[in-house]
Parts: sequence; structure tokens; C-alpha cells
Amino acid sequence: MITKRIIPCLDVKASRVVKGVNFMGLNDVSDPVSLAKYYSDCGADELVFYDITASAEGRRIFTDILTETAKNVFIPLTVGGGISSLSDFDRVLKCGADKVSVNSGAIDSPDIIEEAARLYGSQCVVLSVDAKRVGDNFHVFKNGGRIDTGLDAVEWIKKGEGLGAGEIVLNSMDADGVKTGFDLEMLDAVSNAVSIPVIASGGAGSREDFLKLFNTLPRVDAGLAASVFHFGEIKIRELKAYLAENGVNVRIA
Amino acid sequence: MIAIIDYGVGNLFSLQASLEKIGAAAVLTSDKSAIRAADKIILPGVGAFEDASRRLFESGLAELIISETSSGKPILGICLGMQLLFDRSLEFGVHRGLGLIKGTVRPLSSILPAGLKIPQMGWNALSLNRPDCPIFKYSSDGEYVYFVHSFYGDCADESLAAVCEYGVPVTASVWNGSIYGCQFHPEKSGEVGLKILRAYSEL
Repeated sequence: MITKRIIPCLDVKASRVVKGVNFMGLNDVSDPVSLAKYYSDCGADELVFYDITASAEGRRIFTDILTETAKNVFIPLTVGGGISSLSDFDRVLKCGADKVSVNSGAIDSPDIIEEAARLYGSQCVVLSVDAKRVGDNFHVFKNGGRIDTGLDAVEWIKKGEGLGAGEIVLNSMDADGVKTGFDLEMLDAVSNAVSIPVIASGGAGSREDFLKLFNTLPRVDAGLAASVFHFGEIKIRELKAYLAENGVNVRIA
Repeated sequence: MIAIIDYGVGNLFSLQASLEKIGAAAVLTSDKSAIRAADKIILPGVGAFEDASRRLFESGLAELIISETSSGKPILGICLGMQLLFDRSLEFGVHRGLGLIKGTVRPLSSILPAGLKIPQMGWNALSLNRPDCPIFKYSSDGEYVYFVHSFYGDCADESLAAVCEYGVPVTASVWNGSIYGCQFHPEKSGEVGLKILRAYSEL
């Protein structure tokens, strides 16, 4: 049976992984290529590289790093950050990305989802959504969570699926950084609304949070986190062994 | 030398990088003399069957692949490339394949129990029907590989080299003489995938 996936996310800026890292046995813990290789060896099922550079020069360095990683790490790589055109898709796919994640770019111009799905296939197009409670609803935020678009998150995600997105990353801004567990309420609403894979993001603080996620919401396919992995608070190998002991189907590499 | 058939379908970065990693000499080409000169072929592919099939037949590459493999030159089809080895596909119409594996490509929706997502996307365990298949020389039952697909190859048991369990057994790999196919992506399946590519490159 298909396994639940565990996905570390690396924010990359000026050739370094931002957010500190605290690993034993890694010489340069902020070198994205070494870190990607380390995660792959530990059993990460996929990697997300998030480009948080703003300049053209930063972008060039980012694609060099991506290329170097893709030459050495043979698990699926998703790239996000500043994707707003088909030429952005083309640029990162040529450097070894397997999937491309769009967020604000798709809100500004939803056609990019449809065009990219037609050109590269739906499996290549990941719709990443930052959502937060506003009143009784979940609103979509853009520009790194700074702007409330007023869009309803469930409606936007359904629209994204209809346009051809192959996968959803749902980041709960309410849960993000709090480390008290994934936002099960928000994830429940979204995972029941679509039939494509849903990746939960935001809130993971312990291995129990992942167990609760997969046990409570069988329609969620993967859990994504950044700093808890980078700081070694959760070790992927131990997390997967724990999930397997508790009956969750995971890949033990 | 392995000729990776370049017919404008899919992203071949990882495939080339993984062959390079295992030290297998490979060239990405649509040049017929280069394909004739190669001792093995890899047929990659991601996307729609109809478009891929048309590209292969209109360019004459289909005819070349059929004639080259008829004399025993090995071919490995990956993902859509595996499906193209079949007689035909029912993906949005009826479209012809290369006819190297007897069978038909059908939608997963026609066999999966309700509630399972399509595409099958992610890691699933291999169950080797034919552990003697040469590309599984270094593989073991239960090893995980990475799948992304909405259609599957429906073939006779004797061509079925491996399956994965997704509600029902789903074709993961086919084998007939020197014709090999993987529905999964060995180039995205970590060390397990590299072992399969290594075994193929050593044929």
C-alpha cells in the first residue's frame, strides 16, 4: 500500500539553509546539498526546496544548488518560492526539480496552474496555500502570509484541483510555529473537499503530532515540517520507526 | 552505451543524473544511428499516451525501436515509457503502442476500490513475481519505489515481473525476454532505484 510521506522543507537563501540546524555528524549543517543528502539517507520521502532569495543573483545561486542537489539525491524534489510564470517552471525543472509549487503566483494568475499542468502534467504542479482563520472561515493569504486575499481556502483549493493542480500543500498559519500539532480542523475541511493528495504543513512539534495527523485524517497523505527536523527535535528515522510501530504505513529505507 | 530516447516527453534530468551516478555511459538522443549503435535503450516518458505515441510513430522512432529490439537489444521503458511498450492504451481513446508487451493500458479507476486516490502518487512496496528478472538482480521483495500514475498496464501473468498493492495488485514491472518496463520511477526511488538501473546497465 502507498505509504504516508514525511517531507522536510529547506528554506534556501544565498546558498545556505536558513533556520539554524543542529545535527551531529554533519560538517556544514547549513549546506543545502549536504543536508538534502543527509535527509535522503535518513529516509525522507521527498524534499521541498524553498527559494527565499529575492535578487536575480540569488536566484542563479539557488538554481546552481538545486542542480547540485538533484545530481546527488534521487528522491522527488519540489521547488517553490517566487514561481509566477511558465518560465519559472521551466527554469527549475531544467535544474532537476520534479514538482513545482505555486502560491501567490497562482492567486494573482490562476491560469498558471492550468497552463503548467497542460505543459508538464498535473503531477508536476503543487498548489501551496497559506491559510488562517478569519471569523468562521479559512482565508487564503499571500505574499508570505502578509496579505489576506479574502478567498475561502476550501473554495480556492477546489478551484486549484479543477485547474489541474496535482497536489496540495496546506500550511495553517494558525498552527505554524506553535508546535502544538497540525491544524486538524483545517486539514479535515480541505482533505474532504479534494481527491488529490494533501500535504499537511504547520504545527508539528513532536512525533505524536504526526501520529495523530495520520490516525485522525486518513485522507492526508504527507506531513511537512522544517525547523523541528533541522534542529533535530524530531529525527526522521526515529519518527518513521515510531509511526510504523503504531500502525502507520511508512517507508522504512 | 545506453541510448535514452529523446522525443520531447518529460524531464530527463534525474534519469541522466542517476545513470551518471552509477557510472553507466548514456546519451540522450533522437539520432537513429546513435540508437542503432547503442547496446541498450531506455524509453522514458511522462504525460499523455496519445501525444507520446504520435511522436514516436511520426518520427520513425517507433519503427526503429521495434526493429532494434527484435534482434534482442534490451529496452527499459519507464513510467509512460513502460506503457508505450504495450499493444495499446485506452487513455482518452484507443491509441497504439509499440506492441513489445502483449496487453492493454487501462485507467486505474476501472480497478481500484472506492476511496483510493488517483493518481497513485508516492512510495509503494514492490512484490516481485519474477525475482529472477535480471533488472531485479540486486533487489528484494518489499523494497519501496516511487510511483506517479493514473493508468496501468494490464498484461498476462507471464509478462508480470512485479506488482504493488494499491487496493488491488497493480502492475509495477513487466518483462518479456529483453523487453523490460517499470511503472515506477527508478531514478526517483533512492538507492533502491539506482540498484535497478545498475542491474539494467550491466545486462
